[in-house]
Amino acid sequence: MIDDPHLLAQPSSKKELFVAFTLLALQGFGGVIAIAQRVLCEQRHWLTREQFVEILAVAQVLPGPNVCNVALMIGDRFFGWRGAFAALAGMMAVPLVIVLILTALYAQYAMNPAVSGALRGMGAVSAGLIVGTGLKLVGALRSNPMQAPVCGAFLVVAFAAVALLRWPLVWVILALGLAACAYAWMRLRPRFASPEQP
Amino acid sequence: MSGVLPADLVALFGHFLLLSLLSIGGAITVAPDMHRVMVSQMGLLSDAQFNASIAIAQASPGPNVLFVAVMGYQAAGLAGAAATLFGIMLPSTTLALAAARWGHARREWRAVQAFKAGMAPIVIGLLFSTGWILSAQTPGWHQIPLTVAAAILVWRTRVHLLLLVGAGAVCGAMGWI
Repeated sequence: MIDDPHLLAQPSSKKELFVAFTLLALQGFGGVIAIAQRVLCEQRHWLTREQFVEILAVAQVLPGPNVCNVALMIGDRFFGWRGAFAALAGMMAVPLVIVLILTALYAQYAMNPAVSGALRGMGAVSAGLIVGTGLKLVGALRSNPMQAPVCGAFLVVAFAAVALLRWPLVWVILALGLAACAYAWMRLRPRFASPEQP
Repeated sequence: MSGVLPADLVALFGHFLLLSLLSIGGAITVAPDMHRVMVSQMGLLSDAQFNASIAIAQASPGPNVLFVAVMGYQAAGLAGAAATLFGIMLPSTTLALAAARWGHARREWRAVQAFKAGMAPIVIGLLFSTGWILSAQTPGWHQIPLTVAAAILVWRTRVHLLLLVGAGAVCGAMGWI
């Protein structure tokens, strides 16, 4: 894992972007976030952990599938809108063909206990993959301008509101996000003679 | 599958365009409304087909949003899949691209930095929530050790993720969970 943005690598072409996102999507069962974090940050070194969290934050706040928004933003950053399209197409094209084939096959095997058991097992693991990715990304909060206890509190409250209380995501993001951003804004107050920013 | 009128497809496409802009947190958050339209209102899908769409997409590689294409496909074949998938993707994709550019061009602004810093812990909290909710979907507790083991292995080791998913599939197929 690389923490210094200056040491990062870059995709050499839109084709590489397409292929990378296709390979990544094909490894993602029950969600692509876990494999995206591992491939983009730890294997290809295109992003730092902090950058990944930043992009994920924008992707979460906007409507649309999070991983697709992530692919778009990363593609756009390297090669403009064509890159965005290449990354998104890579994420979706081959998996779309596979899922439609599976749909056609599904009717025949849906009642098979081994098949439904395997699906349950894969579901249990994919839940674990997401939690493990979250644990890994906690390290990215170290460079956050908000102090660790404050970060921890926002994290726990967001979890409690969505997972335990099942409050609607929109309101949690709006209310908690506004509070967190306002606090971060205060913590980022320019000190000494640093130039004022809008 | 053949009895779907072009006008129905256009209506479906239009409705998914609208849902796209409401799908904060992913397309799955607007699934209840998809159910209302496709199952209750238009009668294009049965309840079982609706639930199977989500299950198939989760078991298949790739982003979960593909469940939307599965619904369209079950309702009206490839044309249906195109209507629902393009409908759900077009608006959010355009918006995400515009917003990302706006933010990246202003990344030195204090407001943009405050947004990134403030949202970071919340985003991570939401990841834990997703894992929790996925895990709670399955009744019983037999799957929990598997989930916890997968979480620890992802966090602490570099074991290949496909290996973990495969192990989960084997455990499930053997009837251990």
